[in-house]
Amino acid sequence: MSNLRTPLSKVKGHGSAKEGTGHFWYQRLTALALAPLCLWFCFSIASLPQMSYDTFTTWLSSPFSAIMLILVLATAFFHASLGLQVIIEDYVSSTPLRTAGIIAVKLLCVALAVTGIFSVLKIAFGS
Amino acid sequence: MAEFRLPANSIVKKGTHYPAQNGSGNTRKFTVYRYSPDTGENPRLDTYDVDMDTCGPMVLDAIIKIKSELDATLSFRRSCREGICGSCAMNINGANTLACTMALADVEGDITIYPLPHQPVVKDLVSDLTNFYAQYASIEPWLQSDSPAPPDRERLQSPEDRELLDGLYECILCACCSTSCPSYWWNSDRYLGPAALLASYRWLVDSRDDSTGERLDNVEDPFKLYRCHTIMNCAKVCPKGLNPAKAIASTKQMLVERRI
Repeated sequence: MSNLRTPLSKVKGHGSAKEGTGHFWYQRLTALALAPLCLWFCFSIASLPQMSYDTFTTWLSSPFSAIMLILVLATAFFHASLGLQVIIEDYVSSTPLRTAGIIAVKLLCVALAVTGIFSVLKIAFGS
Repeated sequence: MAEFRLPANSIVKKGTHYPAQNGSGNTRKFTVYRYSPDTGENPRLDTYDVDMDTCGPMVLDAIIKIKSELDATLSFRRSCREGICGSCAMNINGANTLACTMALADVEGDITIYPLPHQPVVKDLVSDLTNFYAQYASIEPWLQSDSPAPPDRERLQSPEDRELLDGLYECILCACCSTSCPSYWWNSDRYLGPAALLASYRWLVDSRDDSTGERLDNVEDPFKLYRCHTIMNCAKVCPKGLNPAKAIASTKQMLVERRI
């Protein structure tokens, strides 16, 4: 045995982080929001007359579409970052790898969300 | 990383076949996981033909018969033979259960027996549950109250409040649930597991306990509690028919309610 800590001491470890409920709550809240948002997104895309750049930019220049799409992007990337974090925590047990994975996921999700929202705004306000 | 492949010295080899002794021919084949730390050999699967005409009705009866008549070196835990001590928990045909309450008639075909999954093996079907018991101890499974008990009587509890403990207090700590849970397989060093969390909830809802806040603080942790993703393997295998997943969901609900 590599250390002589008692089994109870090992289990208690560093104690409780008093955290995780926020993560749990926001994962469900974003899921709840994504249900109607995704339906709207799919129906809107499907009801476009044709799949051309002009149709898309015209569609996005309406304030309602732009606002809804920004909501879709923000919620989806927030939800994705929470979900991917759970997967990493479940399956990657090495602390350095887990930390690196969570940092990468969080930064990537923020970067992608900002890029997406900026693109919508650029089209909506006409460039 | 989570372990998806066995280390080389844990790969299970084919073992010895033990034919039934002077049986009538009405036999059933039992394939049993064997491992001894003394030999330095890999684990193996021994097969035993057990005469059903002289065997009791439960899987445990067959295992005891194997040990008394076919192979005395087989190790397993058993005590009460009526599903109250939790000693004979093992993996029978792919599902954790108690050998003493699992009827041979309810198992189809050949029977394959392994120790509880993803725990260190002491020998054969005996797994090392040190960590599991320490996790139970860590939730402090005893009444904690700052209110002094009445000097002349026990602490009172209404019949309605007592009913809240039904489905929780019956746990016998056999470890079938925790060792059937993938989250427990990958993170049992930090995740408390369904059995300990069921016991924790049993004290969270006890009307005589006033440490609810501290108890919630102690489990509010991404690993201790929130590794549960409600896949319900625990409820499916529990030989006492309890539902740890529901207790865990209720614990999460208490944690959400105290912050909104």
